[in-house]
Amino acid sequence: MSAIRVIAVNVFRESVRDKVLYNLVFFAILLMGASYLLGQLTAGQDVKIIKDLGLVATSVFGLFIAVFIGIGLVSKEVERRSIYSLLSKPIERYQLVVGKYLGLTLTLAVNLSIMAVALYGVLAYMAWMAGPAAAAAWDAPVLDPALLKAIALTFVELAIVTAIALFFSTFSTPMLSAALTFGLFIAGRFSADLRNFNQVLESPVATTLATGLYWILPNLSPFDVRAQVVHGQPVATGYLVLTTVYGVIYISALIAAATAVFARRDFK
Amino acid sequence: MNTSAQPGAAGVVGAAAIVLLLIASAAGVQAYREVRYPSPPATAGSLYLTSGTAIRRLTLGYHALAADLYWVRAIQYYGSTKLRLAGQQGRPAPAGGADAQQGYPLLYPMLDLTTTLDPRFNIAYRFGAIFLAEPFPGGAGQPDLAIALLEKGLRHRPDKWEYMQDIGFVHYWWRHDYTAAAEWFKRGSAVPGAPWWLKSLAATTLSEGGDRRSSRLMWESIRESAEIEWLKSDAERRLTQLRALDQIDEIQAYLKQATERGFAVADWNAVVRAGVLPGIPLDPAQVPYELDAEGRVQLSPRSPLFPLPIEPKRLKPMS
Repeated sequence: MSAIRVIAVNVFRESVRDKVLYNLVFFAILLMGASYLLGQLTAGQDVKIIKDLGLVATSVFGLFIAVFIGIGLVSKEVERRSIYSLLSKPIERYQLVVGKYLGLTLTLAVNLSIMAVALYGVLAYMAWMAGPAAAAAWDAPVLDPALLKAIALTFVELAIVTAIALFFSTFSTPMLSAALTFGLFIAGRFSADLRNFNQVLESPVATTLATGLYWILPNLSPFDVRAQVVHGQPVATGYLVLTTVYGVIYISALIAAATAVFARRDFK
Repeated sequence: MNTSAQPGAAGVVGAAAIVLLLIASAAGVQAYREVRYPSPPATAGSLYLTSGTAIRRLTLGYHALAADLYWVRAIQYYGSTKLRLAGQQGRPAPAGGADAQQGYPLLYPMLDLTTTLDPRFNIAYRFGAIFLAEPFPGGAGQPDLAIALLEKGLRHRPDKWEYMQDIGFVHYWWRHDYTAAAEWFKRGSAVPGAPWWLKSLAATTLSEGGDRRSSRLMWESIRESAEIEWLKSDAERRLTQLRALDQIDEIQAYLKQATERGFAVADWNAVVRAGVLPGIPLDPAQVPYELDAEGRVQLSPRSPLFPLPIEPKRLKPMS
């Protein structure tokens, strides 16, 4: 267990050294710049748009971190040949995979937490500037704690994307891994369409194939509750729990697959 | 160098089993969540971008692929909405045309986007016009938009006599405007490469518009000329429906004669016992016709031919 922790902490430190957290500066500039400009342009909808923008930026920035760092987690060690010195230590291969995964997930968690604080900070500033009269026109409170639900599900979604990137990273080149991860991410976002194919396809083979893919591919669209949250619609706790449980099980499957593939690799 | 032991075949099988088990568990959780928290229906969909020109720019040159995606979306939207409305046969089209909240409000915008992104998307014009013109709830019940879509196609492909034939068909079948229909058939017949029968279709439409024989001629022409299997089978279905209409007229005539002779024709058993008909008549799809209490023969709602089309009004009485 301590080996996993050490590897995870090292991955986190390395990502800090690689200036990954610099994206937070861009995030802050984006939010502050947008909040200034939108106030002039959006006819009283600036708070809604800042919430939309903040939540989407959280997801997009996190996605890029998950993909572009995730694909290098294992393949970079192999390219640099540092894998030999790593595996010569008393570390099991599964510990390396799990440790790397947890390290990047920790980076994402820290990143998202800081972004959430920045988003609430900008929203608090806007609420203070707008005054109580403007608040009556908003669908949801400015500092709505429900925003955290959207951020939490975004985190689980990014954790799945990280697991996908790590899985591809165990047997493929970084470029191909990035392409495959993005492909699976897009397929996962639109997998609900596969489910509706039975309504427009007559071929039973095509319908079965589409339905099979629907259940096998990661279904990422349920992790997007941003619109509900911004419009003040409730997101049930049961929904959050079930979606998170789905994510955790899917991540376990990907990590198990990544471990199995990595364990079979010959580095001699 | 110790690179830790690699697993054998048993280890691989075990790992694969664990992965499969976990994916099955994830699917189980997903299925349970979908039961407890069902996804909103497809009607909640919307088009965020409605300007084809803007989307052309946003797609950075990949507009043909974007057109394919919008086409798939339009098909899915039409199919799922049609299924949802399947239980509402016979209801009037929602007021407000394309702006109506019920029905198919996004169908035309989706088809318009598809054909703006790829102006030579032949199927989008031809199928799209059928989806738009078909009466509610089987389609959008908006023949004017169907014509607008086909005319847009003609602006890009003035040589497409098929679009002219389709416009003529919409005028004939859904708008009952036989003069306009004949005019479009005539225009189509003048295009180099158009089939010879378009000219005779124009003449027949003008002289006998609304006659079932001219309807049959039109559908037969569509069936013969269709390059796409779906159009062919749709025309075949329409012809079978016309055959059912002929059969209903014939059975109705027998029943009328029986009534005049004093037989009660309130149900099929009484009709068969009286020897008016040898058995319960079947429609061309082999589903028994229904007989209502007033002696009217109708197609069963269980029949794949249901509902029968509302026939265009005749231009002049049949000879």
